Amino acid sequence: MSLGKIFIAAFLVNNILLMRYIGLCPFFGVSTAIDTAMGMSAAVFFVMILAAWVTWFLYHFILLPFNLVFLRTAVFIFVIASLVQFVEIFLKKSMRTLYSALGIYLPLITTNCAILAVTFLNIDYHHSFLQATVFAVGTAFGFALVIVLFAAIRERLDLAPISKSFKGYPIAFISASLVALAFLGFLGLFGLSL
Amino acid sequence: MRTRLRYFTSGLISENLVLVLMIGLCPALATSITARDGVGMGIAASFVLIASNIVISAIRKLIPDQVRIPVYITVISTFVTIVDYVMHAYQPALYRALGVFVPLIVVNCGILGRAEAFAKNHGVFDSFLDGLGKGLGFILVLFVMGAIREILGKGTLFGSPVMPLGFRSLPVLFMVFPPGGFLLIGIFKALIVKFVEKPS
Repeated sequence: MSLGKIFIAAFLVNNILLMRYIGLCPFFGVSTAIDTAMGMSAAVFFVMILAAWVTWFLYHFILLPFNLVFLRTAVFIFVIASLVQFVEIFLKKSMRTLYSALGIYLPLITTNCAILAVTFLNIDYHHSFLQATVFAVGTAFGFALVIVLFAAIRERLDLAPISKSFKGYPIAFISASLVALAFLGFLGLFGLSL
Repeated sequence: MRTRLRYFTSGLISENLVLVLMIGLCPALATSITARDGVGMGIAASFVLIASNIVISAIRKLIPDQVRIPVYITVISTFVTIVDYVMHAYQPALYRALGVFVPLIVVNCGILGRAEAFAKNHGVFDSFLDGLGKGLGFILVLFVMGAIREILGKGTLFGSPVMPLGFRSLPVLFMVFPPGGFLLIGIFKALIVKFVEKPS
């Protein structure tokens, strides 16, 4: 598959939140205000690309040659957890402004399944290094697009007159359903399917 | 005895992982396209939950407090790898349908959450009961959602036809696509808020 197609597939057609249902916990957790949604997207963008690179090298140069593929689940989660810690320390020491913007979101990312899913999907799809990078970038953009869009919707929902039992999560789910319905319209774009 | 029973029953409805605690949403929505996929995912995640609860509560006095989270992740990822390989060998069709969600059980916050909130300071048998109750509650939600989505979206249940031919040739396709899952869980959550949580 060409790089452009991989990008569009990861960004819109197979959007990680709405079409694949991965990373929903942060999606519903931090999409209550646009500021927090932007901070979370930036942190995800940063870690997702780093994680895709590191796990790609680990998988192709260590796990595959030494027949250790069965360890990939354990290895990947540890690598991502320590990577997040490392990034946090590095930012704290050398880039204070970026750290103060992303700081609180970084620890949350360890348990963000979107990051781990991208690393697994890169293996399942047999992506080359360049394809893996494009896939990670596209996925991170897709995550950011949906979470920021949705934060704007939820800010309006807070003011809307909704029956008591639908307040909060239930109406957020139903709005997500309608946004996902709109995203179904991207199906078939450049011949891409679910 | 009554508290023990409570560990088990609370997981079914009143502390249901998906509907009340809002944990483990990703597998609940993604794999509930058919009843079979939903139940398969539910059983896989419940096995990991029960087994890791037992092991973690058995070694809880040996784990230094500072490194407990990495230890939990090691235990959980071991069981996830077991499930991954067993399902790949004996249920290849189900394994293909669930895809990336099998290894992703490792980041299901429900499992790590139970280790931290329950198994860390309860005995082995109590942790087993807690895992069993929460696991059954998870399977229940996945089964009900999967059944509704399969009946409406395909006109079948566990692969055998239950709706008339006319319906099956023109089903509510919306339900098997991603938006259907969001809509269904929104309705379920509203029912839970109304009848179980009771808004103030």
